[in-house]
Amino acid sequence: MKSQWRRVRQLVVAGTALTALAVVAACGGGSSNDSASGGTTTGSADAVDAALKAGGEITYWSWTPSAQAQVTAFMKQYPNVKVNYVNAGTGNDHYTKLQNAIKAGSGAPDVAQIEYQALPQFALPGSLVDLNQFGFSQYESAYTASTWGAVHAGSGLFGLPQDSGPMALFYNKEVFDKYGIAVPKTWDEYVAAAKKLHAANPKSYITNDSGDAGFTTSMIWQAGGQPFKTDGKNVTINLQDDGSKKWTGMWNQLVQGGLVSNIPGWTDEWFKALGDGTIATLPTGAWMPGVMESSVKAGAGKWAVAPMPTYDGQPATAENGGSTESVIKQSKNPALAAAFVRWLNHDEGVKPFLASGGFPATTADLKDPAFVDKASAYFGGQKINQVLTSAAGQVVKGWSYLPYELYANSIYGDTVGKAYQSKSDLNAGLTAWQEALVKYGNEQGFQVNG
Amino acid sequence: MSALTSPLRPKRSKLLTGVMVLYLLYTIVPLAWLLLSTTKTQDDLLSTPGLWFGKSFAFFSNIKDTLTYNDGIFLRWLGNTVLYVVVGAGGATLLATAAGYGLAKYKFAGRRAVFAVLLGAVAVPGTALAVPTFLMFSNLGLTNTVWAIIIPSLVSPFGLYLMWVYATDAVPGELLEAARIDGAGEVRVFFTVALRLLAPGIVTTLLFAMVSTWNNYFLPLIMLSKPNLYPLTVGLTQWSNQATGVGARPIYNLVVTGSLLTIVPLVVAFLLLQRFWQSGLSAGSVK
Amino acid sequence: MAESVAHQHVARAGATGRRRRVFKDGKGWLFVGPFLAVFALTFLAPIGYAIYLSLYRNQAFFGGTVFVGLDNYTQALQDPKFWEAFARVAVFLVVQVPVMLVLALLAALAIDSARLHAAGFFRIVIFLPYAVPGVVAVLMWGYIYGDNFGLAANLNDLLGTTAIQPLSSSWMLPSIANIVTWEFVGYNMLIFYSALRTVPGELYEAAAIDGAGTFRTILAVKLPALRGAIVIATIFSIIGSFQLFNEPNILRTLAPNVITTYYTPNMYAYNLSFAGQQFNYSATIAIVMGVITAVIAYVVQLRGSREAL
Repeated sequence: MKSQWRRVRQLVVAGTALTALAVVAACGGGSSNDSASGGTTTGSADAVDAALKAGGEITYWSWTPSAQAQVTAFMKQYPNVKVNYVNAGTGNDHYTKLQNAIKAGSGAPDVAQIEYQALPQFALPGSLVDLNQFGFSQYESAYTASTWGAVHAGSGLFGLPQDSGPMALFYNKEVFDKYGIAVPKTWDEYVAAAKKLHAANPKSYITNDSGDAGFTTSMIWQAGGQPFKTDGKNVTINLQDDGSKKWTGMWNQLVQGGLVSNIPGWTDEWFKALGDGTIATLPTGAWMPGVMESSVKAGAGKWAVAPMPTYDGQPATAENGGSTESVIKQSKNPALAAAFVRWLNHDEGVKPFLASGGFPATTADLKDPAFVDKASAYFGGQKINQVLTSAAGQVVKGWSYLPYELYANSIYGDTVGKAYQSKSDLNAGLTAWQEALVKYGNEQGFQVNG
Repeated sequence: MSALTSPLRPKRSKLLTGVMVLYLLYTIVPLAWLLLSTTKTQDDLLSTPGLWFGKSFAFFSNIKDTLTYNDGIFLRWLGNTVLYVVVGAGGATLLATAAGYGLAKYKFAGRRAVFAVLLGAVAVPGTALAVPTFLMFSNLGLTNTVWAIIIPSLVSPFGLYLMWVYATDAVPGELLEAARIDGAGEVRVFFTVALRLLAPGIVTTLLFAMVSTWNNYFLPLIMLSKPNLYPLTVGLTQWSNQATGVGARPIYNLVVTGSLLTIVPLVVAFLLLQRFWQSGLSAGSVK
Repeated sequence: MAESVAHQHVARAGATGRRRRVFKDGKGWLFVGPFLAVFALTFLAPIGYAIYLSLYRNQAFFGGTVFVGLDNYTQALQDPKFWEAFARVAVFLVVQVPVMLVLALLAALAIDSARLHAAGFFRIVIFLPYAVPGVVAVLMWGYIYGDNFGLAANLNDLLGTTAIQPLSSSWMLPSIANIVTWEFVGYNMLIFYSALRTVPGELYEAAAIDGAGTFRTILAVKLPALRGAIVIATIFSIIGSFQLFNEPNILRTLAPNVITTYYTPNMYAYNLSFAGQQFNYSATIAIVMGVITAVIAYVVQLRGSREAL
């Protein structure tokens, strides 16, 4: 009987030792910053075609609805290559897993979907493969200027644009007609329309804004602001520059006047509100029609698309949303991964993506008459792509995101959120946001001016 | 149902029942929403009031769609969850019962320390430990495997406390003495004498472990990136997130139906286990 | 958890009295060992690693990792966000936990009393909220608390007011408390109920013979039997309140400006880790929170068990 418990005690001691070993192992493996456990990433333009011929196996993480169809088509075309498609989550869930896997040094996919605003956060610490070495810079002419810029960080090229999101004004024509509101061409007209609408029907709002960092940055973009500038280690943040102030000067009237609904986007109530006229317009990216067709059936036939209102009446817009696919440094076959990215976003993969409702970043598709002149039943027969493709060419130049934009967006509600809640000055909120971002940047090793 | 109470059978009280019904209504309103939502199509969900039926009755077609969507991945997720629960919760109950019994009935050096360490460890918020756990498991090569889910679910500190208290109160030392004198070894004593007395506590611990493993979300989310290993919680969240962003295609009707189907096995387990609350009485054993 | 120090073996089966006999040797390890082994791997190792992390600071972009000793702790103890979050969960705890436990106790007593029609039905329905998976919670409470299209809106229309706004900042904490109570009364009720089920019949017989009515029986027999369970349930609820995370996180998508990333200490640690990649400071917050929680829980446990004798 004594030996019985002694053996158990040995087991417990062994278990503790194993644990201690695990801790040491974790400390050793986990504290390293870069995690290049993949192959070396020097290559050439030929390497990509050679990799396709040689075949292999890669893993692809994405949440786009067309991904499975694209993967199936790719494997049919290249039977030598096996692609494991994984939907690892949407947005932040996906980025969290990706960041964890990169930090751990293993478990990351070969190719991952990355939105434009998140790209610098992965590219700058060296987690992505620079595709310049495969000669991908030759594809510049295939894409719009704004999306081509969006896949660069510093001088490196980190993906090929998958889609774009030039902003336009989606409005509920039925509501506008009912209250005799003309489609606004300038922001002053927009604010006036907001007042008229809300006065006529206090349950109706011109749009909703419960504090969306992506929306705010795009609006500052459209106003010509350039609040974020990065040069290597130096970052400049100025959320009170001319463009920012231009936007807040206008938008403050809506927030402080209680003219925007506080229903948060992408919730059940939001879809309902779009369907029944509670929210009358949406200034948002060109990918919205697909969403409305599948999610806001009650609004069919009632909505239309117009160019974004501007400050001076001259055409100008910004991008909102859109992603690329990038090759992760951990990949053991970067040439093959790059080949897949090229197929997805430059070659035959583009068609299935567009068919599922995406808005192209490729100039050829943006000019294609079949695409441009397509009449949309949902939008009352309007040829909406005429408006949207022109918008693609009117994107204001010179914008860049922060190297830690994902973090910035996550704390938007903490700082600017207070202004929305108390219906007070957005400038104070932006200043608070700026202070938090400066502090964070300095803590992460940047030299931040602001 | 109430044989253990006083020989004077008390009368059923309508007043008490009435008061409890009020509380029941409070419990039921959100559940009613859930049930009613499973009868609606996606469009109805967005256009009809929450606490009444929709324009059409889509309960059965929702169930069919849930089970067949995406090549029936829901069934795969269901199978995964069952595996994690049977091994994880079952193992957790066994470990917690044995450990609670050991702490209650044996005096050994370090007993107080065990308790203090346990309390201290549970007091640290788990979400901040997620990344260290992930890194550790990654180094051990366990991420993206079923063990990443099962091993952490084997530890139920609350189960341990429960069993500790129950063992202290429900297992009289004299019974153990008697068995030992009859020549049984410690493990025999545990299995033949103590387990029966601990049954109500074991059932409670098992039920809680089952529910928490069944609804385990955060750790599987971090540990798994292969959808065919997902438990139901992570899978349904993925379906739910289809409503967001570029190319959104909401399938909320499948999410609520899937959630209802998720609850059903737990209810069945509850109903099957509840008769064990009747037994395990040490009535008469001390005399 | 009281320790009695009886050493003698009982001479024959069926000794009198209810003194607890315990063995003074290491056989206990046989039973406790397996649990502790897995516990060490899944709790102690990550905590050890977290403590290690809390002594360093890592700059995610440039500069690598630096040993900073206790700097993170000084920062945490002076961090206004941390203390705001802490105050919030402390207030939450003081109000919500007693309400929830009293409800659970009353429910358990009612169900155990044999005076209830269909007690089994009540038992399972009250338990059900605990079984509902979190993924539907956003949809469900989004409906109930929705003041544009949801139940709150309907109530407002019915009463002709706009006062009911469960997702506004003044109502938020009660709204969260409501969700937590709804979810966990059943859980706590079961803890109490199964403790009541182990009460031996003779005690009720004895009470009846002494002429005790319902309430005296409850006070003299049932409540003392529940002492241990009440202490556990209180400790669990205290720990759960300090670790409040799921419910505010659920409501965050519905009210992103009211629920900040540092609404509760646990959310703060989570967002530091996952949104900000600040693993070291996140570990520090977790350790500080853990220490405070452990101390309070331990005090409750000591007080509870001292009275148990």
